[in-house]
Amino acid sequence: MDDIPGDLKRTVLYDLHRSLGAKMVPFAGYEMPVQYANGILAEHLHTRQAASLFDVSHMGQAILEGDAAAALETLVPADLAGLATGRMRYTQFTNENGGILDDLMVANMGAGLFIVVNASRKEADFAHIKEALAERIVMWTLEDRALVALQGPTAADALSALAPAAAEMKFMGFAEMEVGDVACYVSRSGYTGEDGYEISIPADSAVALVEKILALPGVVPGGLGARDTLRLEAGLCLYGSDIDEQTTPVEADLLWSIAKRRREEGGFPGAPIIQRQIADGPGRKRVGIRLDGRAPARAHAEIQNVHGSVVGEVTSGGFGPTIDGPIAMGYVESNCAQPGTEVNLVVRGKLLPGKIIEMPFVAHRYFKG
Amino acid sequence: MSDMKFTKDHEWIAVDGDVGTVGISEYAQEQLGDVVFVELPETGKAFSKGEEAAVVESVKAASEVFAPVDGEIVETNGSLEDEPGAVNSDAFGNGWFFKIKIADASQLDGLMDKAAYDAYTAELD
Repeated sequence: MDDIPGDLKRTVLYDLHRSLGAKMVPFAGYEMPVQYANGILAEHLHTRQAASLFDVSHMGQAILEGDAAAALETLVPADLAGLATGRMRYTQFTNENGGILDDLMVANMGAGLFIVVNASRKEADFAHIKEALAERIVMWTLEDRALVALQGPTAADALSALAPAAAEMKFMGFAEMEVGDVACYVSRSGYTGEDGYEISIPADSAVALVEKILALPGVVPGGLGARDTLRLEAGLCLYGSDIDEQTTPVEADLLWSIAKRRREEGGFPGAPIIQRQIADGPGRKRVGIRLDGRAPARAHAEIQNVHGSVVGEVTSGGFGPTIDGPIAMGYVESNCAQPGTEVNLVVRGKLLPGKIIEMPFVAHRYFKG
Repeated sequence: MSDMKFTKDHEWIAVDGDVGTVGISEYAQEQLGDVVFVELPETGKAFSKGEEAAVVESVKAASEVFAPVDGEIVETNGSLEDEPGAVNSDAFGNGWFFKIKIADASQLDGLMDKAAYDAYTAELD
């Protein structure tokens, strides 16, 4: 309410959001829909039982051509040489300390790599790629494409009316295909823990196509508010909150995204530190916490052990609509990270009891074929 | 609603004798979005005008509810523990937070009436 919208950018779907009754807020330099008329709870629950469409056009999209897989492997710890055409993978740009500069999705298009990075980091990421890889690759940033996420258990059924081939894709599959009559990049991925797609659309066709998708049975628009509660329940990291330059992929419990070959060979920024943490275990770990009561704990709430010593800090927290209760994630000393460990979260001077639990809070329901 | 008064922080107080019932306005609940938890003060506790007396947590964030006048809490709306959503669905009714015994009735004169408050919120949008 206090921000002056003058400097904020708008996605190509801005007018559509307004006409759908969105409440717009500043986010990562953009004026984005935080919710529509039904509110965050309703949008969240709808996504878990049907399908919602989220505008994520503020995120950065680019195509890397040339010696892209080998070149990008020098900046991220994922196995990209082993990424088959038509497949997508999650990874992180790391710094020399093993900290995370951003997290991203990388898809093998065959002729190159398609990447999606966070809105708040896209300029820095693209500059980083250019500076490090200019001699090995050509990068095309795709400012002329919208990006939307269709998420939920009925997403595949719904989208099959516009893109029959999409229903055949498996989780983390990627393909160039027509949706309606529009040539899109489609991946079976998302940020909600549900089955669904992310669809990259040429900007000049985006409004018409999004209107068509919204007209599919069971599909309603969802805002950034629901996107955040959905990803929190799914145990997924938000860059700038749960991961940043001070946290490593090992501490962040993202080791699954670093393949064996890369763990052994290294060859990405901060590899010696990350390899040492893999061998010795990290000093702290990202964990999930289920609170016993009804009061939520937000980011930066102190985490104490039952003896009253500070053992960590909440990085994301709030109310989980599907859980129907407060949940949080944060970092704790590794000796407190065991599921079942009782902790207290300090909120307004009061101790809120809770337990470390395995994430995700709500089971993922990806389509693995 | 005629004797309902409003603060700039979007609390309302409806006065009956020397006791005021306090809640947050329709405008405030709309701005907050879905309320998922309300932390109420203890009965018997005294507050000064402008002091944090309760907390309302929406899906998005926590917000303070301030005492609109000096006074002592005489009753709280325990039903909000099970139904915090009443703050959204019935902000001026079942969504009330607490009743406060007004220590200095002259403080009410400094608050806005409905018309002044509506004009105030119209300017915020």
